[in-house]
Amino acid sequence: MQNDTLNHILITVGVLAGLLIVAPGLIWLERRLLALWQDRYGPNRAGPFGVLVVLADTLKLFFKEDWVPPFADRKVFIIAPAIVVITALLSFVVIPFAPGLIVADLNIGLLFFLAMSSMGAYSIILGGWASNNKYALLGAMRGAAQLISYEVFMGLSLMGVVLMTGSFSLHKIVEAQQGMWFVVPQFLGFVIFLIAGIAETHRLPFDIPEAESELIAGFHSEYSGMKFGMFFVGEYLGIMLISCMVTCLFFGGWLGPGFLPPVVWFIVKMFAFIFLFILLRASLPRPRYDQLMEFGWKILLPLTLVNLVITAGWILYHEQNGFGN
Amino acid sequence: MQATFYIASAVAVLATIMVITRYNMIHALLYLVISFLAVAIVFFILGAPFIAALEVIIYAGAIVVLIIFVIMMLNLKEEAVEQERIWFSGNTWIGPGVLSVILLGELVYILVTSATPEVSHQVIDAKDVGRSLYGPYIIGVELCGLLLMSGIVGAYHLGRQKKKVVHRFLEKTE
Repeated sequence: MQNDTLNHILITVGVLAGLLIVAPGLIWLERRLLALWQDRYGPNRAGPFGVLVVLADTLKLFFKEDWVPPFADRKVFIIAPAIVVITALLSFVVIPFAPGLIVADLNIGLLFFLAMSSMGAYSIILGGWASNNKYALLGAMRGAAQLISYEVFMGLSLMGVVLMTGSFSLHKIVEAQQGMWFVVPQFLGFVIFLIAGIAETHRLPFDIPEAESELIAGFHSEYSGMKFGMFFVGEYLGIMLISCMVTCLFFGGWLGPGFLPPVVWFIVKMFAFIFLFILLRASLPRPRYDQLMEFGWKILLPLTLVNLVITAGWILYHEQNGFGN
Repeated sequence: MQATFYIASAVAVLATIMVITRYNMIHALLYLVISFLAVAIVFFILGAPFIAALEVIIYAGAIVVLIIFVIMMLNLKEEAVEQERIWFSGNTWIGPGVLSVILLGELVYILVTSATPEVSHQVIDAKDVGRSLYGPYIIGVELCGLLLMSGIVGAYHLGRQKKKVVHRFLEKTE
């Protein structure tokens, strides 16, 4: 019993430390990769391959003046950047990195993830509202509309996976993919979830709440110092989270040929999706706001519903013919 | 488990009181979110994890976000806070206060006189909820669907824009 508790604490601390080391590290990774794809070098001076630029960035953020504008709603202004990091970190609680390497195997794991991602929307809305700045308010309104609408089919696109597994537990979902990764039967679900995930983390090309060229960073234009840093780290945590979820739900999580340990398989797959996120940023232009909403409600939502109905019908047909579970 | 239940319920009650007494509407809504989260924890402790998750996703995550969205669009600032303050001063408290005290008295009386029912610690997961929703309560689900459909049709009607052509010679509205 004593050993169990210790083990649990070690896993929790380990996951937390891993996340907090990798998330800022992604800043370096992103800069180097963007540079590579644009025929530049990127940060390559401090330390090996320029890795220490992360340290320099963090120190810079810490020493910047931490300014709360006098016209802002002080309390809400301070809470907002914390919310994004808290919800992102809490979501990692339900992700199985390997058999047994999971902080809490909730039987509503997937719903917990969706709940936390919908709570994350508050950071944008409150940050933008509390700044009391027109650009920030515009960014927050766009962010709210975007997040609410993309949440709808983010959840629905996952229901195909849930139907095929018969459980909301991420552990069980990964185990159900022993025979075949869900990306094959649920390809539509995978594509829709990936698009919704990018919109949910408001990364390019869906970074409409913070569009630099029109809104000067949108909802966080009034933030400075480590408060801005929180939004920054929250965004990278969000990228990692969506990559982890895609890995778990559609690409078999830790499953893979035996020559590598399960954790390594998980991390390899996760980084493949992080690279994809960065490549998307480097290659795609930003759509207009109404185009984004139209794309969501008129194309993605019907597709998701069709996917759900077909999956359910398929499973029902097989159950009635005595196959399946 | 019992301690967590009482803490969560206390937080829910306190947060709800704060919702009513705040002058600033966004602050009130934030307390409302906390209240929903506390209620979700209560549901979870009582053995209904599915309902707890839905409480967070739908109430705290979607409905309150929409309300905040509307308030942001209206851009209510100091004047609104002032107005709330005027409305909330003095005599306005008396009526609802008296009525609430009567109800509170009744509630306490009922709690004291009746026996506390045993809470079963059986966990009801999503599958059971789905079975009962699409089994005995199917009519409720269908009616909810109809209600939401009528809401969507109404919103479509209100939101439909008339095409307007602005041109020197071709000015017309369809």
